[in-house]
Amino acid sequence: MTLLLTVFAAVIVTAVWYKHSDGKMMLGLLCWMFWGASIMWLVDAIFEYAELGAAYFTPEIADMVNDAFLGLSVIALALVIWIVALLIKDPKGTVRAKLKKN
Amino acid sequence: MACFVVPGTEAIVITAAALLLRRYEMNKTKVRVIEGADHTEGEDRPKTGFSRKLFWLAGLLWGGVALLAFEHLWHGEVVPFFPFLTAATEGAGAVANMLHEMATVGVTMAILVTVVWAVMVAVSYAIEKRPLEKKAEA
Repeated sequence: MTLLLTVFAAVIVTAVWYKHSDGKMMLGLLCWMFWGASIMWLVDAIFEYAELGAAYFTPEIADMVNDAFLGLSVIALALVIWIVALLIKDPKGTVRAKLKKN
Repeated sequence: MACFVVPGTEAIVITAAALLLRRYEMNKTKVRVIEGADHTEGEDRPKTGFSRKLFWLAGLLWGGVALLAFEHLWHGEVVPFFPFLTAATEGAGAVANMLHEMATVGVTMAILVTVVWAVMVAVSYAIEKRPLEKKAEA
């Protein structure tokens, strides 16, 4: 579930990055995070599948909910890292302009 | 248990290599400008420096490592205090399991990320060589 949620996040962010590819929203950072984690969790999933076999695809409800909760938390963490980096780097100069105005 | 340590180590090495290569590429460009070399020469050269491509790999590795570290924290396999890895406090058996996981899952993660990056680089060279399409006139 964590892998699935991260892959969806990666695909959506990459599509948004492609549409707005001027780099001013630093969406590349989110793409690297989600794709990097997706590849690594894919490896984790392959090893787990090798160990559990078909049982890997029929997890307990409690495990699924926990994994989904983890997946959403991971996405939230990545978004927080991205927004903090965006505000600090301030490619559009919005924060600087606001600070100078006040 | 601590599989993300392997791609994390690769990330440190790759970032250092990318920083050094970027400095080298920038110095090379400066020399070319001072010598007054013709900038139109070598147009078949790739437009993106290799250091930038190395930063792509560093981005993939750091991004994955950051999110995986959080997952390990979530599962209690990593703690924010010494010795940081829970397995280190659970005896020799747990440490052996951790090292085995690092050698199998961790190394495979590092290899797969690098392979994906290599494919990305190959595709990017092909795209850079492709001429830009002109917008159709209305």
